[in-house]
Amino acid sequence: MEQSYIQITIDGREIMAKEGQSIVEAARDHGVVIPTLCDFKSLPPAGTCRVCMVQIGGRIVPGCTTPVSFGMVILNDTDDLRNLRKGLIEMLFVEGNHMCPTCEKSGNCELQNLAYQYGMLVPRFPFLFPHRKIESHLPHLLIEHNRCIQCLRCVRGVKAKDGHEIFGFIQRGINIRVTIDSTDPDALTEETAQKAMDICPVGALIKKKTGFKLPIGKRRYDVNGNG
Amino acid sequence: MSTEMGRKWIVATTSLAGCFGCHMSLLDIDEKIFELVKIVEFNKSPFDDTKEFSMECDIGLVEGGCCNSDNVRVLRLFRKHCKILISVGQCAITGGLPAMRNGIPVKELFQESYCNNLTLANSLIPNDEELPLLLDRIYPCHEVVQVDGFLPGCPPRADLLWEALNLLIAGKSLGKISMKNVKYD
Ligand code: SF4
Ligand code: SF4
Repeated sequence: MEQSYIQITIDGREIMAKEGQSIVEAARDHGVVIPTLCDFKSLPPAGTCRVCMVQIGGRIVPGCTTPVSFGMVILNDTDDLRNLRKGLIEMLFVEGNHMCPTCEKSGNCELQNLAYQYGMLVPRFPFLFPHRKIESHLPHLLIEHNRCIQCLRCVRGVKAKDGHEIFGFIQRGINIRVTIDSTDPDALTEETAQKAMDICPVGALIKKKTGFKLPIGKRRYDVNGNG
Repeated sequence: MSTEMGRKWIVATTSLAGCFGCHMSLLDIDEKIFELVKIVEFNKSPFDDTKEFSMECDIGLVEGGCCNSDNVRVLRLFRKHCKILISVGQCAITGGLPAMRNGIPVKELFQESYCNNLTLANSLIPNDEELPLLLDRIYPCHEVVQVDGFLPGCPPRADLLWEALNLLIAGKSLGKISMKNVKYD
């Protein structure tokens, strides 16, 4: 079937988007930056983190789960949206325990980098200091619940060889946490641990014996810059 | 850099529940320290070992959060005597590494340190009235007093501290700080 295109506008710029694309995908195709966190390459969107929110008319919607439609007028880089996104990032910081100085992912962490980009010096909300555990019983993978932002990337992207899910979520609301089916042999391999660490935007999934491998100055966002 | 006021800026510094790393980082400005001493005079600071406030200060730099009653006392003194109060470093801003104890009951902490510790000859929980009382958790400074600016880092980069001092002395707010020197680690 031939691809049909529809016209949308982002911050006043006219763009021909592919029909069926999400706003985030269309923006990306045209070099317009909409920040994302739970979004990952080829994975289906989950809409969990909300940092990609954009404004359409009087409504604020997540750009990753909203498909483009003809004549859509989208606001992206406005002061209000920047402030809302910054507020969301700050909420992610206070609702977990993000001790960046001791975190293996520091310098390679997408949440941390977004916070730099949005100029966070201190979250505007009080720290919750929740009681969360570190699970270290798996042979190759460390699960640091203090840093999980419930983005579902691991659930969507790290599967067993036959395609069934090995990561999942248990409990609800503020107590929700990620878990892994440790009865599944595919959940225990070194390869799975590496994949999980690579896909996790933060330092919640760490492959054992790989922490702090890159020295300060050589890490992903040290090199690519921030802020 | 010159001082608008025609006198030196009076700066107070202290380390609460911190490791003195932030203080070390300020010394890390290398030769700019000669410039610093031309425009800044320390009062109530470990840099010149002045233990009490002897005058009102323009800027207070606080490293570390509050883990005990003495930290709260010192922090309140700083708020009272400093026109501009700045939280310096992750511990002052977020509680930092000491906050890893948050959530563990104080009794358990004492027992682990002073009773169950394998290297102890006698188990005895210190209880001298001279000792400050441990708080139930670590409190970031801005949860105890009003704080006017924040300089993240563990420690904050020397360049960030230098830029911040320059901004303050020029009468500007830290909201204008460039993010390139801001790191949380
Ligand atoms: S996961 Fe990211 S934001 Fe959280 S402590 Fe680690 S580096 Fe910091
Ligand atoms: S463990 Fe990592 S990838 Fe999985 S939900 Fe938490 S933050 Fe996302």
